[in-house]
Amino acid sequence: MLTGSQHIKLEEGGLEKETITLNIGPTHPATHGVFQNIVEIDGERIVSGDATIGYIHRAFEKIAEHRPYYQITPLTDRLNYCSAPINNMGWHITVEKLLGVELPKRVEYLRVIIMELARIADHLICNSILGVDTGAYSGFLYLMQYRELVYEIWEEICGSRLTTNIGRIGGLERDFNDIAWRKLDKFMKEYPKALKEFEKLFTRNRIFMDRTIGAGPISAERAMSYGFTGPNLRAAGVDYDVRVQQPYSSYEDFDFIIPVGTKGDTYDRFLVRNEEMWQSLSIIRQAIEKIEKLEDKTSYHADVPQYYLPPKNEVYNNMEALIYQFKIVMGEIDVPKGELYNAVEGANGELGFYVISEGGRSPYRLHFRRPCFIYYQAFPEMVKGGLISDAIVTLSSLNVIAGELDA
Amino acid sequence: MTTNETILSKLKENFGEKITNPDLQYGILSVSTDHEHIIKVLQFLRDDQELQFGFLTDLCGLHYPHRDHKFEVVYHLHSFRNNIRLRVKLPLHGDAPHAPTATGLWSSANWMERETYDFFGIIFEGHPNLKRILNVDEMTIFPLRKEYPLEDNTRKDKNDELFGRDPKLIRADL
Repeated sequence: MLTGSQHIKLEEGGLEKETITLNIGPTHPATHGVFQNIVEIDGERIVSGDATIGYIHRAFEKIAEHRPYYQITPLTDRLNYCSAPINNMGWHITVEKLLGVELPKRVEYLRVIIMELARIADHLICNSILGVDTGAYSGFLYLMQYRELVYEIWEEICGSRLTTNIGRIGGLERDFNDIAWRKLDKFMKEYPKALKEFEKLFTRNRIFMDRTIGAGPISAERAMSYGFTGPNLRAAGVDYDVRVQQPYSSYEDFDFIIPVGTKGDTYDRFLVRNEEMWQSLSIIRQAIEKIEKLEDKTSYHADVPQYYLPPKNEVYNNMEALIYQFKIVMGEIDVPKGELYNAVEGANGELGFYVISEGGRSPYRLHFRRPCFIYYQAFPEMVKGGLISDAIVTLSSLNVIAGELDA
Repeated sequence: MTTNETILSKLKENFGEKITNPDLQYGILSVSTDHEHIIKVLQFLRDDQELQFGFLTDLCGLHYPHRDHKFEVVYHLHSFRNNIRLRVKLPLHGDAPHAPTATGLWSSANWMERETYDFFGIIFEGHPNLKRILNVDEMTIFPLRKEYPLEDNTRKDKNDELFGRDPKLIRADL
């Protein structure tokens, strides 16, 4: 028994300072995808970390070298599968640029509607899952039904939901039908209310703020050096958006704001994504108005029969369509030689396609610039010195999608 | 206003004949340089007050088995300030090509160089952690090189010629 102020002398080296290595992933609910984070922790603080990726690598770049251009679209679906239509459109826009195809305004506006719906669907998942990771399930339950509604709209437009394969080179495969317009109308009426409610639940919520403010911050310089793009770069304070800097698909006709953050932490990323959803809603509203004002009420593809796959009923009843169908499918079309880098603003950042065509039916080389792959390498630096729980919300707010990470 | 012409003339002014093959396709200027000068060129482009190519958009490899320089490393740079893109190419000799690393200039080059190494076997000198990233560590080949087939060599049930595909590109045994 110790009495008084006795000084306890510990043996030299008797208390070792130990760090523990912890694996988060490859299959862990917190990673939202298959990739592994190895962190070295001292108590609850992260000392260092490393990431292992490649668990769902599918060699898309190799496969693409053996496929005709129009069959590469389904590969792009599987990059960022939370917003597949943006990838599809990005690929179509790239090939159209390579071929020199110009689209009617109506098609470009229809594409803008689809892409902005995709952006909303992607941000909605990211932000509501961030809520789940901080312990608030209700936001997710409120918003998830609206992603379902977005998927139903896509289903009316292209027939599928997750891996959409929307559109063709040269336009869309069919026009929006009445059900699609009705569902879009419903979405535009109901979603703002739900989003407002969602923001009320989170934005000034004390617990959510305490969990996210200051978690996983990155400065603008580091973010630029790490190749950040999209909402994550904007949260760090750089107002770079491909839609504005190098507009495609008539984005220059729209009036919208690029939200930026200041600290680049989890809370900023959350706010930027929320505001982008409002901006996307505004863009969709403008697009619907513009389409109504256009004299052109019917076109849904450019008049380029040599590149655009004809509708099947025409293939069976019309000789020209049959010839073009045959030529396109058998790879007889001439794709000019050229080298092209084209980028679109994906939900996670700049999604680039670097195509080298040597003529022939397939690209000589196709490289996908996947935003996730490039910015995910900053993760160990961002969480260093923080708590494990901060690392989880940082990962969640970076919105790393395994499909885009691995390609 | 920085245009492709001013970029090219500035590069020529500073590096002279080391800047080769200027090419303009779809609005993006492309230039080549050599192993010795690539990092200097990239650093010049990054730090120049007028050009300000502060952002490395993309880095990837290319394989041309029939050329003298079989491999190329392609850097896509972007100047946010001038809203202009630039492509810099580094042609490389040999079957085990070496290139200097750009990780000293941009942190993002780290994984992109690992990816390029993983698929093309281009060795980046001075890279802090050059190992495979997407493929398994045990792999012995570099799969995006043109000589590696897409499909299993033993497969005989498909006649690729009938489908307009070049069998040489698909099956290595032909």
